[in-house]
Amino acid sequence: MAITTAYRTRSGAVPLRSFKTKGRHSAIAGVGVYAPEKLITNFDLEKMMDTSDQWITERTGIRTRHIAEPGTTTLELATKAARAALDAAGITANELDMILVGTSSPDGPFPSIACRIQDELDAPGAVAWDMLAACTSFMYGLATADSFIATERADNVLVIGAEVLSRMLDYSNRGTAVIFGDGAGAAVVKPAPDGAGFLSWCLGSDGRGYLQVTAGNKEFGAYAAKDPAPIIEMEGPDVFKFAVDIFIRQANEVCGTAGISMEDIDLWVPHQANFRIIDAAARRIGLPLEKVAINIDEYGNTSSASIPIALEGAIRKGRVKTGDHVLLAGFGSGLTWGASLLKWV
Amino acid sequence: MATPLDFKELQDLASEILGIEPDQVQLDKSFAKDLAADSLDLVELVAAVEDKYDVELSEEELEKMKVIGDLWKFLEQKTAERLEA
Repeated sequence: MAITTAYRTRSGAVPLRSFKTKGRHSAIAGVGVYAPEKLITNFDLEKMMDTSDQWITERTGIRTRHIAEPGTTTLELATKAARAALDAAGITANELDMILVGTSSPDGPFPSIACRIQDELDAPGAVAWDMLAACTSFMYGLATADSFIATERADNVLVIGAEVLSRMLDYSNRGTAVIFGDGAGAAVVKPAPDGAGFLSWCLGSDGRGYLQVTAGNKEFGAYAAKDPAPIIEMEGPDVFKFAVDIFIRQANEVCGTAGISMEDIDLWVPHQANFRIIDAAARRIGLPLEKVAINIDEYGNTSSASIPIALEGAIRKGRVKTGDHVLLAGFGSGLTWGASLLKWV
Repeated sequence: MATPLDFKELQDLASEILGIEPDQVQLDKSFAKDLAADSLDLVELVAAVEDKYDVELSEEELEKMKVIGDLWKFLEQKTAERLEA
């Protein structure tokens, strides 16, 4: 049910930065995903910690999550998603100009996963690097791809979000361990006709909220504090409030910037952090849940992989047609956020 | 915005957010025990109240909200401050 009270921006709310796409347009030409086969259910978690299926389902909407076997690398997941995306886009790896990997769970400090994937795919020469914006990484990756294509510095860009977050969870603590899952999603971004593909963007960060979602030593960071096993921690209610707010504001911004009414959104693909966040924001935006891609019940929160995995599911189910207005929106630790309105090609 | 408060309005808003009947929203009803509202429901309700009544609740004020009456008293106080202003 839509909320009838008009939304009001809070005092002290961070100013948002929005852009209308300029130059050569770009669009998503193919999406691929991969998630580990092993599923952990809420009932499995009941045996591992003080929690219940009901508690988890009511508060998060999550019923299962895909969890990698110990020793699985983020590279493995990312490479499988990348190959699937190249197939879906109908291009070969040697046509790539750029490979961007968003991840908060790299296998090591360096070299980048992007360069390792480049070697796996045999695509030497393309610019390749990892980027860290937590759950917003994939959106920042898409925005970077769009910018390079707009300025004709690249034609084919592979953007990947990949996570093995289970390495950073404490399965004796019900707070955050129940929320996260492992997985990877990738998209090939290519030039598009004028007026199609990415139409507008809203991107930003607010470092004042850096303590709201953390992994490892909060004061210095896990590496500096020689914290060998950083664990994800979250200020639940603060994040909930921020998330609902930023979803609503971003939707307003990208629609306004593109000159499209929010009623004309055909599909919203939100970052899958918590069903309650998505539901609360959707009601405020005025979108019925039939217009929202939701898979958090199966996947949990896969951070940078959640948007491409949800988008791929929607494409596979025939929920995205040429000409549809698709809203992609994410937020994450940092705090960070990013959204785009696309006219699907 | 300095208009008298209408409890019926708050009942309608809370019922919309919490998915309950407006009649269930009474001053002595506890969010957690009587209305089965968890912490996230409360955050959402407070956000809606902030929008509707053009007020803002601090973290400390939010923590003090146990029954509907607490929220009502907060709104009465804010309205009184505005009428004086």
